[in-house]
Amino acid sequence: MSLKLSDPAATPAPPPSGLGMRPMKIVVAGGFAAGKTTFVDALSEITPLTTEAPMTSVALGVDNAGEVSTKTTTTVALDFGRITLSDQTMLYLFGTPGQDRFWFMWDELSRGAVGAVVLVDTRRLGDCFPAIDYFENRSIPYIVACNSFNGQLSHDVNEVHEALAVPVDVPVLALDARNRAAAKGGLIRLVQHAIRRRHAAG
Amino acid sequence: MTARPPARFVRQFALTGGRARSSGAPLPFETLIQTTPQGRSAYATLTPEWAAIVRMGESPISVAEISAHLHIHLGVARVLVGDMEHADLISIFAPIVSENGPDTALLERLLHELEAL
Ligand SMILES: Nc1nc2c(ncn2[C@@H]2O[C@H](COP(=O)(O)OP(=O)(O)OP(=O)(O)O)[C@@H](O)[C@H]2O)c(=O)[nH]1
Ligand SMILES: [Mg+2]
Repeated sequence: MSLKLSDPAATPAPPPSGLGMRPMKIVVAGGFAAGKTTFVDALSEITPLTTEAPMTSVALGVDNAGEVSTKTTTTVALDFGRITLSDQTMLYLFGTPGQDRFWFMWDELSRGAVGAVVLVDTRRLGDCFPAIDYFENRSIPYIVACNSFNGQLSHDVNEVHEALAVPVDVPVLALDARNRAAAKGGLIRLVQHAIRRRHAAG
Repeated sequence: MTARPPARFVRQFALTGGRARSSGAPLPFETLIQTTPQGRSAYATLTPEWAAIVRMGESPISVAEISAHLHIHLGVARVLVGDMEHADLISIFAPIVSENGPDTALLERLLHELEAL
């Protein structure tokens, strides 16, 4: 089976140890306080880290026309976690920055991603629309995970599927973002979905 | 009105010789690095940031983690890592992706590894 590990164009440096260690990533998105950090925390083998990227003045100008003079630089924080799956695969989970306006960061995080888990608080369904539109418009595989705050959903997943008007093949499921097994189940559904999409595309 | 950038910002870009990015496509944040034997033996001669990265890279670590641990911006970490690879101090393991993300074989491997987790 070819894993393209020997494709010289794709491999900038030969591994010194002979290991084909490669990173992969999954984006964890959703509305404000939907449980993104909780989800990453449940799965990560390291304490989720926070890092910052400067926002370019160009992005700033576009963002806050009229307010530019009050703030010349700002940073966007994002949190992430890591799962070492084997001596070949290191999986990173990146939580998207809360504010929808940081689209340049979404672009950066989505480039080359396996796909995305869109977390939804069913009491505030509309909060996930920007995330769903984002991944839908770019044909990035995603699943919708309804975070069952207090063990309950205010709508069942079929209602959510309909209300969000996402394509029928997109998995919509309920999970508790605090629960590692549930969160892992969400990742598995996402990867299965990404594989199906690949096969469907031929 | 053009305000001056904060001192920390200036210092960070000074670390990378004033460039916002290395030549070539920007490295994704999940890009892994690992210290080379040359990096290990050059350790004592390196700048504090390079030395810290050489130490962290004893086992594979991502650009994102380097950024978080050193409290430097992702873009700065990315440039430092690019320069260090150029100097043979570290090896870089970039993700293998096409325009549409990882290929089916890599996804299948990922699925099996997740199921075994
Ligand atoms: N009861 C309950 N609380 C949860 C659950 N998931 C998250 N929370 C809580 O909800 C709050 C928001 O969760 P976070 O994980 O911080 O959400 P987030 O999406 O990262 O939030 P922002 O980054 O601020 O947008 C926190 O206080 C969590 O402890 C859940 O499944 N059940
Ligand atoms: Mg958060």
